[in-house]
Amino acid sequence: MEWVVFVLGALICALGAFGVVTRSNPVHAALSLIGTFFGIAVLFIAQDAEFLAAVQVIVYAGSIVVLFLFVIMLLGVDTAEDLEVEPITGQRTAAVVAGVAIAAVLIFVVVAGAITGATSSAAPIDTDVANPVQIGRVLFTDYLWAFEITSILLVIAVVGAVTLARHRPDGMVDDELVDELPAPAVVAVDEGEVAT
Amino acid sequence: MLASAPPPEAYLVLSALLFAAGAVGLLVRRNALIMFMCIELMLNAVNLTFVTYARELDDLGGQVTVFFVLVVAAAEVVVGLGIVVSIFRRRRNATADDLSLLKG
Repeated sequence: MEWVVFVLGALICALGAFGVVTRSNPVHAALSLIGTFFGIAVLFIAQDAEFLAAVQVIVYAGSIVVLFLFVIMLLGVDTAEDLEVEPITGQRTAAVVAGVAIAAVLIFVVVAGAITGATSSAAPIDTDVANPVQIGRVLFTDYLWAFEITSILLVIAVVGAVTLARHRPDGMVDDELVDELPAPAVVAVDEGEVAT
Repeated sequence: MLASAPPPEAYLVLSALLFAAGAVGLLVRRNALIMFMCIELMLNAVNLTFVTYARELDDLGGQVTVFFVLVVAAAEVVVGLGIVVSIFRRRRNATADDLSLLKG
């Protein structure tokens, strides 16, 4: 039974990952990413991590992908990327070779090595207590300091995002810099006018 | 014959494959948004490894670590998308190849 769950979850994950890498339309890639996140959530449940599965669906599939989709739609960058053009000669081949090498090394380590390490004495998994209850207890005792640091990190991220993305008042827009960074098409027009 | 439950190695191999797929996507794709998605893919592969070892070594610390990875990933996406938006305001596209101003 667990094999069925694992194979199904693994298939969903793999298809989603393949979609993210190969779809030329960013919206399709984001939807494939949701598939991967759901597959991972299924595998979390199969491994008795119910709390993380719920958080995975809510935070990743829920908010992060929606954030991606918001940015795609708002900016209108949902134009399909031309996948035929290879920016640097041989880049694709080199990237695939690097990816296969990464996968081969990781799988070799998994297959050839044994799982070592002491079983926990600090936070053993207690099957009698619900998983979210256990995580809450560990999080607010052993990991309390890290948890508090996390809140500071989130505040910094929010302030940073607002600062980066806000609409600047006219006095703060550096017009000269915009002129120094023209899109390639604008450069061509300017040179044409100079030539005539 | 197969064991009744998948061994931890099965999860770890799947996680390695997902990580490699994310790495290839990050190297191949030129759209900044899709490059972010590939980073999320790699983070998720690592999370799967953490949960597998948490079960294997009977240690809840692995699952708590995944929780922190989630928080950091959320913060990273928020700041990253903020950067993409502000680049797009100025340059009208978000392709990594066009952002070559620092190249000599």
